[in-house]
Amino acid sequence: MEVNEDFVKHIAKVARLELSEEEVKSFVPQLKEILEMFSVIDECDVENVQPSFQPISGEGKLREDIVGECLLQEDVLSLTPHKKDSYFKGPRII
Amino acid sequence: MEDVNKVLEETKKINDEYNYLNTIIEKPIQRKKEGKLSNYYITFKDAICVKGVHSRAGSSILEGYYPLFNATVVEKCLDEGAILLGKTTQDTFGFGSFNINTNLNIPKHPLDKSRVTGGSSGGSCGFTKKVKFKHISLGESTGGSMANPSSLCGVFSLTPTYGLVSRYGLMDYANSMDKIGPIANSMKEIAIMLEVISGNDEKDSTSLNSNKNNICRDYSKQIGVSLKGMRVGILKESFNDSIDEGIKNSMKKCIDILKSVDVECEEISLPFSLKYGIPTYYIIATSEASTNLARYCGIRYGAYLPLEGNFNEYFSKVRSTNFHPEAKRRIILGTFVRMATQRDAYYLKAAKIRTKIIEEYKEIFKKYDVILSPAMPIVAPKFDEVDKLTPLQSYMMDIFTVSPNLAGVPHLTVPFWESNNLPVGLMFIADHLKENNLIRIGSYLEGMDKN
Repeated sequence: MEVNEDFVKHIAKVARLELSEEEVKSFVPQLKEILEMFSVIDECDVENVQPSFQPISGEGKLREDIVGECLLQEDVLSLTPHKKDSYFKGPRII
Repeated sequence: MEDVNKVLEETKKINDEYNYLNTIIEKPIQRKKEGKLSNYYITFKDAICVKGVHSRAGSSILEGYYPLFNATVVEKCLDEGAILLGKTTQDTFGFGSFNINTNLNIPKHPLDKSRVTGGSSGGSCGFTKKVKFKHISLGESTGGSMANPSSLCGVFSLTPTYGLVSRYGLMDYANSMDKIGPIANSMKEIAIMLEVISGNDEKDSTSLNSNKNNICRDYSKQIGVSLKGMRVGILKESFNDSIDEGIKNSMKKCIDILKSVDVECEEISLPFSLKYGIPTYYIIATSEASTNLARYCGIRYGAYLPLEGNFNEYFSKVRSTNFHPEAKRRIILGTFVRMATQRDAYYLKAAKIRTKIIEEYKEIFKKYDVILSPAMPIVAPKFDEVDKLTPLQSYMMDIFTVSPNLAGVPHLTVPFWESNNLPVGLMFIADHLKENNLIRIGSYLEGMDKN
């Protein structure tokens, strides 16, 4: 995949970012350089190697599903001006 | 105990000059007087949530965010008599090696204001170096964010085994690597703080079970224990041409001291980790970061705008206005390497290489108790030198720190001698849950460079 301005704009859109023309221009050579560095991994043979998604196996233990102390609705809503009645208010969907 | 007003006065004076804190707690918080941290003032990296205290992870996207709860480490400090003093400056969400990637405060080096502190826990390290009162800071490392600035600023830091310290209440950078740890001016303080903050937490599903893993957490009892019989692997690549000469001299002096007390020192190499560590780290870290940062959308907390346009337009606008360019760069990289067409070639492959990096460390630790290398290839650079680096050149500064972070093995930075009047930090790496070995060796070497 060629790293050019269209590439950067496409990924930014997918990631919900609006970039200025200046940002797009500066990102192209930077991302090219970084992706080239990433390509070093092509030289590594990992056949029959299992992936590690964590460095050390933890318990992976989930809490029992017991109702405990939780945040109060009014406290949670106090963190935003975007609310109506007892709900968050978001932008329009369509 | 120091007078709280004097502490606040000193803190503000330092902060006006050096920018180490994004938030100073005007009425420092204390729950009880007695405990292991009695009379200690504690600062926290901005990404660690403190209830009711402005917490922004070095990003304006969290402007106005006052957490409704404490991180587990904050609760543990309060239970041991600590006094909470403030939130330290950092690269936005931990994205940086020099603490210049933030749209909040940029900290200056404690010994030379024309230089950087290193990053991303730069504020924690600079402030620790500068204050005169009893103080410990809690930093966070994903790929070297404690080892790097503690090395450049000349303070101790211990990045613990992944899962030893709860991440509950830490704003995520890359969940599979994020670790909270202590930054201090002495090994005793490092050991005590690690005793306080470590241990299983049911609020963090990746937290390790101390009993099952037979973890001995009497870290302060390791202070001053003889090094006799210890085996140290000296990383051969520490002496490459690209490494600062003064740092190599510090390494040599340290090795001489260790040999003089019959510590077995032998050359080792980590060719696989050094070749693949940086690309593997940045693929995994940006993948995880790009999903973690999706939550910042200007609706529930933090920065917001008037609700205009549809949800795509609104989210994009809030995020673009408030994310630092480095956050945007990492989101774009992480989004790309996770795309359906790229995932196997990048993310999955990196996860497999990570397995081999862990195996390379495990193999070394069959024969050696610790590995010694520099934390950084350079001493603290000047701001104008850092400004000239491309993002890739900055990433390459993490050459020694990314692999232990990928492997989740604990590592300690010990300030040891100087190069051109600037601090040098040596890094000791141990096997999973062998923090005791790090405390032993760090406490032995503490102050040796002043003799």
